[in-house]
Amino acid sequence: MTATLQKARRVEMPPVSGGMEHEGPSRFRLAVRAYVRDKAAVVALIVLVLVVLAAMLAPFLTPYSPTEGSASERLQGIGTPGHPLGLDGQGRDVLSRILYGGRNSLVAGVVPVVVVFPIALTIGLLAGYAKGRVGEVLMRILDVIFAFPLVLLAIAIAAVFGAGLGNVMIAVGITLVPYLARVAYTATVQETGKDYVEAARAAGATVPQILWRELLPNVVSPLVVYATTLCGLTIVVTAGLSFLGIGVVPPTPDWGIMTSDGGKVLLEGYVYLAAIPGTVILIVSLAFNLIGDGLRDALDPRKQTS
Amino acid sequence: MTALITRRVVSTLLVLLGVSVVVFLLVQLVPGDPARVILGQNATPAAIAEVRQALGLDKPIVVQFMDYLGGLLRGDLGTSLIVNSPVIDIVLPRFMNTLILAGAALIICVGVGVPLGLLAAKKQYSVFDRASMFISMTGASVPVYWMALLLIGFFGLTLGWFPTSGMYDSREPGGLPDLLLHLVLPAVAAALVPLAVIARMTRSVTLEVLEQDYVRTLRASGLPESTILWRHALRNALPQIVTVIGLQVGYLLGGVIFVEVVFGWPGLGGQLYTSISQRDMPTIQAGVLFIAVVFVAVNLLADISVGVLDPRSRKQAVA
Repeated sequence: MTATLQKARRVEMPPVSGGMEHEGPSRFRLAVRAYVRDKAAVVALIVLVLVVLAAMLAPFLTPYSPTEGSASERLQGIGTPGHPLGLDGQGRDVLSRILYGGRNSLVAGVVPVVVVFPIALTIGLLAGYAKGRVGEVLMRILDVIFAFPLVLLAIAIAAVFGAGLGNVMIAVGITLVPYLARVAYTATVQETGKDYVEAARAAGATVPQILWRELLPNVVSPLVVYATTLCGLTIVVTAGLSFLGIGVVPPTPDWGIMTSDGGKVLLEGYVYLAAIPGTVILIVSLAFNLIGDGLRDALDPRKQTS
Repeated sequence: MTALITRRVVSTLLVLLGVSVVVFLLVQLVPGDPARVILGQNATPAAIAEVRQALGLDKPIVVQFMDYLGGLLRGDLGTSLIVNSPVIDIVLPRFMNTLILAGAALIICVGVGVPLGLLAAKKQYSVFDRASMFISMTGASVPVYWMALLLIGFFGLTLGWFPTSGMYDSREPGGLPDLLLHLVLPAVAAALVPLAVIARMTRSVTLEVLEQDYVRTLRASGLPESTILWRHALRNALPQIVTVIGLQVGYLLGGVIFVEVVFGWPGLGGQLYTSISQRDMPTIQAGVLFIAVVFVAVNLLADISVGVLDPRSRKQAVA
């Protein structure tokens, strides 16, 4: 009776796509289908792809240099002929600086997460599988790192290394290791307790086999979701380090530096110069967060419907 | 309850010990020999050896750390490389100013974020719920330095309602009312991001509680929805909300650093910014240490409050 009711309910649900129910779609396809259903996540992905393309194709999209301007034309507002986003305090085209700046800001925000990802994954897997003393010691060390607000630790390490795109990425990367490792650790501990791991062990699988073949696929998904959301944060943080003068070095264009430059002429009434780059940072950060949310639901088997 | 507090305090002390190790190691990360950094590239080996000895750099690293820790416990944080006065004298007054700003921001976060999340949960899927959750989703992505500049631009310049910089009027400082007037914009700027996260988390925690069986029983017994929310659901959601608030203080303190720089607020963040540009390591260390200690202390308080609010967590903690 209950089973029939459930079936009836399932029939009432609007079909997601036609005629695929009995073909046993792959996990990947299920995830894609679940992701596509989240409109906000789809829009966010499109926006992010466009921003990345715009940054990559900057030389084809704007004829102006991002670093050289003419002093005679400084501080022209939005809508100036030939310069849709105006000119900054040094007479540089704001749109060009946004486009070229995207290269540095996106790289500085995303590369640390990508580079640290496998390191943190390995730490989390090993410590999570070993549990006991090793896991305990690791978690106590992480507790100490978590005593520092993320931004503060990034600032402190960046301050020690000195300014520069590479140094900022190192500083932020180091800061992120414990955050990602903790997620991988928690996921590993949860998975280790499950039957399939026990079954693999009983079947005589070696520890590396259990770690990399059995546990890894199940630990990676929550970590990918978290890393995506984390990119939304690192974009803001790395631009913030540039804003403070311990990130990308001027005159290299960067959204954080542009916000800081805009701040310098803010009191003269030129609010748009700070407003524009900050808005771009906000949009990209929000896009990463929405994509992360979408991925979380897409990779959650309970929310996938075939 | 005493057992819980003792355990928490002991583990907090261990964390603080670890924090002091990290802060001490920061200096070790500085590329190159600190003595050479101080004296410049053309210093003679003899002069460098002398400075190394004066700074204790010739001792083994463990001894250096013990010296540093001993200094910390006596309130000696070293001497500034720039102003030649004890770091503690520079940092302590600024620490108080940071507490004022962070405290005001925290009041805004909790005072607005928690009720917002509760109301959104109460009216789940309503226009209010969707609107407030969209705003708080966006709010959580806002770069705080940008928000600070926009607040200055709009409320400081365009409307002229609030002063745009400092803690008191520089020409005629006017006591508490003057301070409060200067506090509004920086506190709002620093509060925004954690407020957004607190509102979202409050909503999801409350929704979880509202889905539990005992709430259904309360509804069935005919209690009005608002009584269920404020008297019964809130009580069960509160421990989790307090934990979230404790963790969000980290973001709040991180944001405060930027806000102080933008608003010229004479606190630890502003000092950190100045010291970094001067490469004044002892002062940087002290600033980082103080901010971390505040964060640790807040989380200790949050942990203990959770123990008070939720008897179940007490049992878990002792077991």
